[in-house]
Parts: sequence; C-alpha cells; structure tokens
Amino acid sequence: MNSSQGSSLKSQTILSVSGRGLPLRGNDIDTDRIMPARFLVSVSFEGLERHLFEDDRAADSTHPFNDPRYAGASILIVNANFGCGSSREHAPQGIARAGIRAIVGESFSEIFQGNAAVIGLPCFAASHSAVEQLQTLVERNPDMSITADVQSGTITAGSLRIEAAVPKALRDAFISGQWNPTAMLLDRFEEVKAVAGRLPYIQGF
Amino acid sequence: MADTLFHKVWNAHVVRTLPSGQTQLFVGLHLIHEVTTPQAFDMLRQHGWRVAFPERTFATLDHIVPTTRQMRPFLDVMAEEMTVSLERNCRDAGIPLWMLDADNQGIVHVIGPELGLTQPGMTIACGDSHTSTHGALGAIAFGIGTSQVRDVLASQCLALDPLKVRRIDVNGRLNAGVYAKDVILTIIRRLGVQGGVGYAYEYGGTTLDTMTIDERLTVCNMSIEGGARVGYVNPDDTTFAYLRGRPFAPAGEAFDRAVAWWRQVASDRNARYDDRVTFDAASIEPTVTWGINPGQSVGVSEPIAGDPSDEAFAFMGFTPGRRVTGTKIDVAFIGSCTNGRLSDLEEAARLVRGHRVARHVTALVVPGSQAISRAAEARGLDQVFRQAGFEWRGAGCSMCLGMNPDRLEGRQVCASSSNRNFKGRQGSPTGRTLLMSPAMVAAAAIAGEVVDVRTVLEAVPA
Repeated sequence: MNSSQGSSLKSQTILSVSGRGLPLRGNDIDTDRIMPARFLVSVSFEGLERHLFEDDRAADSTHPFNDPRYAGASILIVNANFGCGSSREHAPQGIARAGIRAIVGESFSEIFQGNAAVIGLPCFAASHSAVEQLQTLVERNPDMSITADVQSGTITAGSLRIEAAVPKALRDAFISGQWNPTAMLLDRFEEVKAVAGRLPYIQGF
Repeated sequence: MADTLFHKVWNAHVVRTLPSGQTQLFVGLHLIHEVTTPQAFDMLRQHGWRVAFPERTFATLDHIVPTTRQMRPFLDVMAEEMTVSLERNCRDAGIPLWMLDADNQGIVHVIGPELGLTQPGMTIACGDSHTSTHGALGAIAFGIGTSQVRDVLASQCLALDPLKVRRIDVNGRLNAGVYAKDVILTIIRRLGVQGGVGYAYEYGGTTLDTMTIDERLTVCNMSIEGGARVGYVNPDDTTFAYLRGRPFAPAGEAFDRAVAWWRQVASDRNARYDDRVTFDAASIEPTVTWGINPGQSVGVSEPIAGDPSDEAFAFMGFTPGRRVTGTKIDVAFIGSCTNGRLSDLEEAARLVRGHRVARHVTALVVPGSQAISRAAEARGLDQVFRQAGFEWRGAGCSMCLGMNPDRLEGRQVCASSSNRNFKGRQGSPTGRTLLMSPAMVAAAAIAGEVVDVRTVLEAVPA
C-alpha cells in the first residue's frame, strides 16, 4: 500500500444550468444505444461526442440529435430509466462533450447517474407528467431558454416551473463543488488504512 | 441486532461520511480490465497519484480479445493500443495482469470467483456493470465508471450512497429444462428493468439454497439488468466448499477462521428488509427474450404480450400473440460472464452430442476463462462441440458485445446465452438477440430455430 498522496483537484460549484433544451423521448434508453460498444475501443474519451447515439441517428433521420433546431442545446430531457445497462462512462462523457450540461428525466440508472455526477453533469428527476410537459414545450419552442436549478430542485422554462430534484448527497456535492470526490477520498488516508487494518481478509485471517 | 449481509459488509467498510454526505467506502478487491481503465490511469498520472493498494488490484484482458487469431500485435490497432496500455499501466503500478499467454486469463467476472479472489464479506469494485456477479459468493460488488476506477486506484475507496435491500425468495424445485438463467429472466420480467434501482437484491429461498455457485453466479450476474447495481446470495456451506483450495482463498487454519467470519456476515434469520418478493420455482419455464431489453421476455409456452406500438416489436420482427418458438436463428452463441462456465458447457454438450448444427446456423462456444477451456477439453467437450459443428474458441467476452471481431452482421438473429439484448449490443446496429439459457441455445443451434428445450431433453440420456 502506498502512503499519503497530495491532491490538487480544483473544485467548481455547479449551482444551475441554463440553455436550450433537447427532448429525447423513450424509456429504458441504454448506454449501448447512447455509445455503441465499438467506440469504446480506444484509450481516450476524446471525440466521443461524434459517436453519440450513432446507430439510432443513422436509423432515424428525425432523431433529436440530428435535428438542427436543437443544435447547441445544453439540457437533455429524457424519460424513465435513462442510461441503463453497461457502466461505460463513455456514455455520459459523450453527452457532456456534445455540450449537454444537465439532464432532466423521469429516472436514471444508478451507475449512469453516478458516472455523470463525477464529471459534473447533474441529472434531475421529475414526474412523468412534468417531463412530458417540458418535452412538449421544447418541441414547440426549441429556442426557449431553460434553467435547471440544483439548489432549489426546480426547472423553469417560460411560465412552466417543475420540480426536479438531484439526489441530496449529489446535490450537496454540486453546490459545494465537491462532485469530483477523489481529493476528499484521499484527504484522510490514515483512516482508510485503519479500515483495511480491521478487515480480517486484508490481514490474511 | 439482526441485520442483512449488505448492511454488515457496508458498515465494516465505512471509512467516514464525506462532507458531501456520501459515504466513503473501502473497496476490498478491485478488478480491472482494458476497456474502462486507460483513461483512469491517465488521470492518475495527471495528478501525480499512485495506485494506493496495488496488492488489492488484479487485471485481465477480456472485452477486446479476438477468440480466433490471438497473436500479437492484434489486427485491430486500437485493441492493440488498449492492450499495450493495460500492460504498461499494470507493470508501472505493480498490479498482477493475466494476459492471453497466462493460465488465469478470462472474463473478469469468471476468473474472480474461479481463482478465489472473490470471497464472502468483501466489497468489490470493477469498471463493468456485471460486477454484481461476485455477489454469488456473498460479496457486495459494485459496477463503476472510469472516474470511479480512478478513485479506487488512487484511494481504494468509493463515494457512494447506501442501498435499500430487497429480499427475493425463490422456493421449490426447478423443472427439468429450467435453469438459473430462466430464474433471473423471470425475476427481471416481473420486477422490471428499473425495479431494482436503489436496491441491492438479496436472493434466497430453497431454490437458491440448492443451487451451485455457477448457478448463483448466473443469477447475480444479471441483477443489473433488473436495475439493481448489487445482487448477492448469503454465503453457506456450498460457498465454503467452492472456495476451499482455490489459489487466492485462505488455506489451512486460516480457512477455518475465514469460514467463521464468513458465517457471521450472512444476513441474520430475522433481518428486516425494505421489500420482499417471492417466486415459485415450479411455475418458471424456459424463458426467452423477444424484445430489446432483458425484461421483455416470455415463457416458451406463452404468447408474446405487449403494446404493438412498442418499438421492440418492429425492431425484432415479432407481433403480439406470437410465440418465440419457431423463430429461425442465424447464430448461436454460448459464452459470456453470465453463462460461459464449465457447468454451462457441460449441459450444452449433453444436448448437442451426436447431433449436427443446422446448416444455416453459425454456432460458437466461447469458454469464460482459459481454466474452463482446459477443464472442458480434459472432458472432451471441445470434441463434442466441434463434431456437432460448433466453433470452439479462445476465452473472452466475444459476441456478448461488439468490441472484438465476433459480431452479428446485418439483421441476423442470435440465440445467445449472454445478458443483454439491447439494440446493437452484439455488434450489428440491426442485429437481433434472443437471450436464453445455454441449453436452450444448444437446442436452437441444432433445430435451426427456437425450440422448447424440454422437448429435446426427453430424448437425451442424463
């Protein structure tokens, strides 16, 4: 085991995200669809945005990520169980690198939500009807500006205001700028070693 | 106080509550592979961090492995680059790595249990969602992303929130032709692909009690397909007998002390659960997915049900009311971290012995590890498969996902013993996957179409 490590991660608070929306309808959109596996054959995340939903986009010219009305959007609006399946961080990496800075949806896969959080991409969960309202609103008014507020857990778009919460621990992490946890995890390495020292299997029983 | 294995193991590994409110959890075993680690090691280098516990970290090559031509350099230059990166990173950090020339190489979720690295009461992390597999031995195992792999490499810890625990009891005897794969497909079908979000699944009941470790590994493997990041079975005598004598398991008197501790971490009889669900084993029949997520499945004797406007019907070419039996297949794949173990191959071989793969079907068997490959060959299973017209391949993830040369082409239909039927999963954007047990795949390969394995088994010697 190596001893204490210095840390140099800068923290950056994420209080709210504003910009235009991109509605992407459908439940259970898995990470194989978000980022097909063949694009994982690489040692870097660079350029992944080019392959975001590549197969879905090729199969459907009207796919929202093909739609020029949504070009430059910052807030992705999805339905239930978004990001299920593979734990590939390449999926949220591709989304973030395509300019998306927040996702609003009915629900998210746990692994996806965690992967998104550690790269500074908050996922807001709202009710089915609220998400549908927001999707419909943006489909009618693609240029409408949306604000997703982390602290209050609200999304506002024109006169529409919906409740959409980020899970508490992640919310606090975004507000305090500690969403990238490595520095915190390294902060008290002595305590880590103490836990290891108490575990019988680490000590060879 | 009576408690669950999940909480006991969690509590034993808590370092502290982080300022963010999340828990800092110590990771007892970190398994790594070529796909989700190169960027993590890069981030470590950028910050000048070292691998904190290289002795608790083990590496193998699995996802990108070509299962036919295995000479280096690999023909796929990107796959070669990933492999070189893994070799360099492991060498620099002092992490043991099993490459294609090593006896221990195989799919990460196959070799962990096989080598005795996976043990009851551990916390385990791996940059792969099927890490839930390791829960079959009574560990709490988390699939993680690359930034979290970085965190574990740097600190041997994760920042996590605790999960609720759902107890899933399966009671009774499985009928002939019904396997662990059918059990987990049925669980996911009933509870939904999202039903496990926020939960760890604790599997038990008399059916699980009498299952082998191989079978429990299949069940726990697909927990994530039901939305549960963690799935486990309490350790018992079956677990201890499985671990005894494995290379990384404790030996001698240490083994006895380990068993005493392992017994303690099991859930107490009167533990409280956040939810409980019960299944009747006798009501489970051979199950096949017809759609584009693992919850869209059906028993072989039932008609497919669902909303006809669901995109899964158009993609798969099914209509509500039809049965899956009689569906012509192009490819049969036996392998993966779900069903690429020796007992899976033995059961499939029992069905194909003396038969021929249908002329229009490409059939492959891909052992989950080199150890399984050797054991199968020692039993002559490779010859049984080859004589029936199956290809006998080298160990790796193969056609479970399109990251290596084994891929579907066009709209091919694949009877597959793997875990995901997502659009494009098997490497062709329009390829179609039917998930089923390895015995069902073997039967489909011979018949050239999906058949009820029970009708075939009647004619097979035990």
